[in-house]
Amino acid sequence: MDDLYRELIIDRFQNPQFRGSLDPNDISFEDDNPLCGDHIRIDLRVGDDDVITEAAFDGRGCSISQASADLVVESVIGKTLAEVKNYTKEDVLDLLGIELGPVRLKCALLSLKVVKAGVYGLNVGEAGDDLIE
Amino acid sequence: MTTINQAPKLDIAKIRADFPVLQRQIHDEKPIVYLDSAATSQKPQQVLDAMDIYYQNTNANIHRGIHVLAEEATEQYEGARQRIADFVNAAKSREIIFTRNTTESINLVAYSWGRKNLNEGDVVILTEMEHHSNLVPWQMLAAELNFQLEFISVNETGELDLAAYKELLNLKPKLVSFVHMSNVVGTINPAKEIIRLGHEAGAIVLVDGAQSAPHIPVDVQDLDADFYAFSAHKMCGPTGIGVLYGKEEILLAMPPFLGGGDMIKRVELRSFVSNSLPHKFEAGTPAIAEVIGFGAAVDYLNSIGMDAIAAREHELIEYAHDRLEEVPGVWIFGPSADKKGGVASFTFEGVHPHDVSQILDRDGIAVRAGHHCAMPLHEKFDINATARASFYIYSTEQEIDLLAEGLYKVKEIFG
Ligand SMILES: Cc1ncc(COP(=O)(O)O)c(C=O)c1O
Repeated sequence: MDDLYRELIIDRFQNPQFRGSLDPNDISFEDDNPLCGDHIRIDLRVGDDDVITEAAFDGRGCSISQASADLVVESVIGKTLAEVKNYTKEDVLDLLGIELGPVRLKCALLSLKVVKAGVYGLNVGEAGDDLIE
Repeated sequence: MTTINQAPKLDIAKIRADFPVLQRQIHDEKPIVYLDSAATSQKPQQVLDAMDIYYQNTNANIHRGIHVLAEEATEQYEGARQRIADFVNAAKSREIIFTRNTTESINLVAYSWGRKNLNEGDVVILTEMEHHSNLVPWQMLAAELNFQLEFISVNETGELDLAAYKELLNLKPKLVSFVHMSNVVGTINPAKEIIRLGHEAGAIVLVDGAQSAPHIPVDVQDLDADFYAFSAHKMCGPTGIGVLYGKEEILLAMPPFLGGGDMIKRVELRSFVSNSLPHKFEAGTPAIAEVIGFGAAVDYLNSIGMDAIAAREHELIEYAHDRLEEVPGVWIFGPSADKKGGVASFTFEGVHPHDVSQILDRDGIAVRAGHHCAMPLHEKFDINATARASFYIYSTEQEIDLLAEGLYKVKEIFG
């Protein structure tokens, strides 16, 4: 029908490739978007030279938040923690290939916030919007 | 509900013409389909004019200054209080305290009445279907004073379990505080009975009337409510103004809430004497234009008639249930239409409410998606969020048809 619900998003929402959990893991972080109740947890395994070797997410929420999590998790595999720290909002929007209004932007960027809070080693409640600017 | 069927037919086209926002077109000239009135209602021209005229002709501070403008402003402000008192059939206009909204009204009771009367070990009864505004103030106060919170449970059809309530009353609660009409499931609770039972057990009873005052006739004396809280913005009035109704004898025994100008009779450097009701609870310059707008809003509702409004919304919710239930994958959360007001919260199998709402928005249809400030109720039934369509006097069957059509589009996109 149009860009927002392009096939990639509906497909990743309905058939996510990285949904699950990693136990044990080296990094695990979760957070919600209180506005709509979206929730995302991301687990990472980190190998030599701080390279992310495996990643998975779990959670619930709208198609944008869940598709974004699946794509973000896919993209961090093989990256170093330092590289993930440098991820920006634009990186996520590029992955999704869409433009979003302010409310849905929060949905799309929840996974970015979670993964960055994880690699920065923040505590629950410390993940602020500065991570997704 | 026989009286409901006898109500006169309303001229909906004429009513709609009063609301400027409803004339707007959005997204390539589609008419706006506003189905989010439970969040806030649209405002008729009559209310906007009343506020404009006040600012253009009068505008002065009230209860002080002996000059024409100040006297006119005071008269208009107090006149609105009287009409709002009449609207809910309060015995006296001084039982109407102006606040910012329902939330502030409930906080006023918590911090003034609650701090004075609640002690460690006391019991306060709420329900599982409360809006956050009737949960969090009590949680905050309970953390401070160590009283106990108990909750009347909600069954799968979104109704309160009155048998469970009767059990809880054996705990001899000091306060029962409950929502008259749920903003999520739409249930109209049997307020009179809940209040009577609460009183028999010796409790003071507060009613959250945020959704009932706009939609059904309310008589605080007939209900015998001790406190009744509501917001202008959900009933054709402006934002920033709400009411706490309280029985005079209870308000008189309460300490003031906020301190400052207007709420005092006398001030010395180290002490003060509180003003009489209602001013004791209205510190500082109030939202004068908004009170006047609120007065115009109750005039507007009276001109249509609350019985007629309730009857009309009843028709709409019956129709909405029929149309929504026919869409495969849609499930309406709450009781059957005969037990509720004009609110339909629903889930759509395999689609998040946010996506539902976004797809509807492209056809100009405004619904709300989320937990509607009632997270515990959603969690109890393991529902992440719902989409909510809510109606008011200006809503139409055609709008509900557009909603149903929009839901078929959602189905198409998500397969
Ligand atoms: C049942 C109920 N209670 C309380 C409130 C809070 O009203 P306000 O935001 O005007 O304080 C609302 C409004 O969303 C409501 O629906």
